[in-house]
Amino acid sequence: MAQPMLKKDDDRDDEVDYHPFFGIEKGAVLQEARVFNDSQIDARRCSQVITKLLYLLNQGDTFTQVEGTEVFFSVTKLFQSKDPGLRRMMYLMIKELSPSAGEVIMVTSSLMKDMNSKTDMYRANAIRVLSRIIDGTILAQIERYLKQAIVDKNPVVASAALVSGVHLLQTNPEVVKRWSNEVQEAIQSRAPLVQFHALALLYQIRQHDRLAITKLVTSLTKGSVRSPLAQCLLIRYASQVIRESGANQAGERPHFEYLESCLRHKAEMVILEAARAITELSGVTSRELTPAITVLQLFLSSSKPVLRFAAVRTLNKVAMTHPLAVTNCNIDMESLISDSNRSIATLAITTLLKTGNESSVDRLMKQITNFMADIADEFKIVVVDAIRSLCLKFPLKYRSLMNFLSNILREEGGFEYKKAIVDSIVILIRDIPDAKENGLFHLCEFIEDCEFTYLSTQILHFLGNEGPRTSDPSKYIRYIYNRVILENATVRAAAVSTLAKFGALVDSLKPRIFVLLRRCLFDSDDEVRDRATLYLKVLGGEAAVAETEKENIEFLFGSFDIPLVNLEASLKNYEPSEAPFDISSVPREVRSQPLAEKKATGKKPTGPAGPTSGPVVSAIDAYEKLLSSIPEFAAFGKLFKSSAPVELTEAETEYAVSVVKHIFDGHVVLQFNCSNTIPEQLLENVTVLIDASEAEDFTEVYTKPLRSLPYDTPGQTFVAFEKPEGVPAVGKFSNVLKFIVKEVDPTTGDVEDDGVEDEYQLEDLEFTYADYMLKVPVSNFRNAWESMDPESERVDEYGLGARESLAEAVNAVIAILGMLPCEGTEVVPNNSRSHTCLLSGVFIGNVKVLVRLSFGISGPKEVAMKLAVRSDDPDVSDNIHVIVASG
Amino acid sequence: MAALPSVNNILVLDSEGKRVAVKYYTDDWPSLSSKLAFEKSVFTKTMKINARNEADIVMFDGHIVVFKFIQDLHFFVTGGDDENELILASVLQGFFDAVGTILRNNVEKRTALENLDLIYLCLDEVVDGGMILETDATVIADKVSSASGLDSGAPFSEQTLSQAFAVAREHFARSLLK
Repeated sequence: MAQPMLKKDDDRDDEVDYHPFFGIEKGAVLQEARVFNDSQIDARRCSQVITKLLYLLNQGDTFTQVEGTEVFFSVTKLFQSKDPGLRRMMYLMIKELSPSAGEVIMVTSSLMKDMNSKTDMYRANAIRVLSRIIDGTILAQIERYLKQAIVDKNPVVASAALVSGVHLLQTNPEVVKRWSNEVQEAIQSRAPLVQFHALALLYQIRQHDRLAITKLVTSLTKGSVRSPLAQCLLIRYASQVIRESGANQAGERPHFEYLESCLRHKAEMVILEAARAITELSGVTSRELTPAITVLQLFLSSSKPVLRFAAVRTLNKVAMTHPLAVTNCNIDMESLISDSNRSIATLAITTLLKTGNESSVDRLMKQITNFMADIADEFKIVVVDAIRSLCLKFPLKYRSLMNFLSNILREEGGFEYKKAIVDSIVILIRDIPDAKENGLFHLCEFIEDCEFTYLSTQILHFLGNEGPRTSDPSKYIRYIYNRVILENATVRAAAVSTLAKFGALVDSLKPRIFVLLRRCLFDSDDEVRDRATLYLKVLGGEAAVAETEKENIEFLFGSFDIPLVNLEASLKNYEPSEAPFDISSVPREVRSQPLAEKKATGKKPTGPAGPTSGPVVSAIDAYEKLLSSIPEFAAFGKLFKSSAPVELTEAETEYAVSVVKHIFDGHVVLQFNCSNTIPEQLLENVTVLIDASEAEDFTEVYTKPLRSLPYDTPGQTFVAFEKPEGVPAVGKFSNVLKFIVKEVDPTTGDVEDDGVEDEYQLEDLEFTYADYMLKVPVSNFRNAWESMDPESERVDEYGLGARESLAEAVNAVIAILGMLPCEGTEVVPNNSRSHTCLLSGVFIGNVKVLVRLSFGISGPKEVAMKLAVRSDDPDVSDNIHVIVASG
Repeated sequence: MAALPSVNNILVLDSEGKRVAVKYYTDDWPSLSSKLAFEKSVFTKTMKINARNEADIVMFDGHIVVFKFIQDLHFFVTGGDDENELILASVLQGFFDAVGTILRNNVEKRTALENLDLIYLCLDEVVDGGMILETDATVIADKVSSASGLDSGAPFSEQTLSQAFAVAREHFARSLLK
């Protein structure tokens, strides 16, 4: 028995040793390349040497310029040989060497000869090599041959010329553009690949001519394209035509029928391309989606992994915008969770998490738990994100989802992954009050054994904010104090702060916290000792920094609302003197510049909200932050809506003022963004004086002046009004900008001490009902409409009088209501006599409103409208009619 | 989506992830080290997957990679992350089958290295500068064989039964001699 085993081992040793290029070395091969110069060319030997050279290059070796030139020149000598194999290797070598312009001249004539050879293979390859290495002047010489080659009857030659054309178009567009007649002819070729290459080139030649592309697509979609690859191209071009035409006319999309017919093509790549094109149409309707979803569903159970992947990836994307359309595939999707390809499984899970309903959550979580163990961290993060949004969607299910998160938190994983889990738990605690105690407990468990300092400090800070307000704060103390004993200095310092917060906010715990803090006074780290000392003194009342205990707490733990940029600027200006640096002198107004940036980079919505709501949400985030930094506005509750800025001054006046209307349940806040465009002036104590006599429901409650408004540095002043709770109060304000103006010497920057009071008239500002309407999308209007109480429906008809066009009337009504048009119904097809428009929104008081508008136009441009509205509250339905009637 | 389906690279690696033949068509990997790093991560991400019967697929760092393994050789085709996966798969299949024909179904690292010139030609015939040139394995193999001059110019796909039999006999004899 032992002998054959031994023999086998020997065999394997042989194989390991054997490697045709073993020990290959550049210098030696370059020496060998001298055979190219022999008068008698040994074709076989030369081919071998070229292979070796190519091998070196392929393995990542490089030739110096001298070596490259030398090899190039000796290779060109081989054109004497007639051996076809050697010729092919030469072509490869020349392409790899990418010779300089001077060297190219050496081979052009030989290559041009090959281009006109009788052997098709030579012609095709010579064309490809030439187009790679030549410049414009030589191209002019060979253009004639290339044009001929495009319509050559041999498909290999034609393809070579067409593909070369695509490459040459980048460098010499004006030459290639002259070939369109020949290319057009090649599209009719019977060879599938020629058709593909010709279509690609023709599109690239004409891509900036929209009309030509439209014509091209229209003529080809009638069905002369046979090659699946060419068909895929045509689908891409057709969807581009749809995209570009969509802006001015929707309803019947051009070429949609063509896309739909491609779903029945026999080649899978065409079906996929068409299905994907349909799902990516802007404002695609459920009806349009259905056939595409059906074919993708079939792909889900294919035996080919690539096909399953392609289908599940597409459906995953659809689920972000149209979750309901994908629910039919849920059963097929669930079987993919156990797919051996982890990419497919992850995509299937995240799709299911997006489309799942409340009842399937538990089952889904069970399946995922098994799956999580054997996927990579990057996939796990995707799953965690999906679970967070699911939990926000179904808050009642927080228990099982939170348990899941805490389980995976305990398992192995890298920093990014753990951070994703911790962030998710924190968000869930914030948004779902019931989940708070449970979640905090999980986080406490986690920091007991957490290797990441960053996460520990984050969690400790969060515990300090949330823990004292739970029903039994004392149970967290043990976890926190353990950190002080066991962790590194950074975490210890964070833990001391957290302890102090508990002590400050929970009176019953204070004496015990003090005991713990005193122990920290002997810590080996400065920062930890300093913090403990500070907290002990201030909380113990020994060092008075403020009058009341509340102010003490505010001093220690109040949010640091001074923008760091401003603080930095003030500190730089501070000159060492007797007077201490006064932090209250640092301006707190956020410059509007960073605010705008914040808007741009704002977080994307995580929920099922459509892409349209993205910018709105992030802008609100930024405003919310800004407003909550002003203590007087904190009591107003949750911000309902912030309007887009409205200019109150003409462009290019001395002072530019725009206003943002922030609407709260019982208040409105006007945020005036002011900027001073006069370099010689400094404005101080800027306020806006508002006359609200034409707005009876509003009472002014607070004005926050802008302390100073230097040249070219925008600032904000705020005015808050009280209004009846939940009522959409309307009215008109007239506004005057009031300020003290001081002269500034623009060269030195010195400011005169004495100022003059002045005012500046601003334009009027109006509050309309639309201000109280939030644009909120619905994923499926019909379902949403039918699920609302028919009792709440109010229908009436209106005459809108003479209008320019139907589109203008539709847009006017949308603007009055301030609602979000659904399913692309805001676009009126040209020349249509009637139109139906669907709108959705949320009215103040969180009342969901859906509106169905039917327009009709009669001969002399008289527009009539039927308005049907359903909402959660019949009164609001009535209100909508009042709005339209008064608008 | 890009107007033109395009291939970012084609890789043939051995069972340890080392290069047998590679071809890059874009500047996404400007240096040798970035290319090698990409090859390493592709290899480690896919080595445990059984892609011997059907091509499989993986997506990472904005690339879609379709791949198929045979013996000790790993074939990969990479495209951008919005590319039609099935187009990439057809490129892979065309290349893979053409190599199979050229190496007379004896596809392994050793024969591949011995016929490396043919593999290079094959790569050259599948994709030109990122643009798909041909996906039909028979056509690719014919183009390569007509150049190689081997087999007295007869295309591989047109081997007669007796030739195939001769090859088989030779293999059989070799294995007996071992």
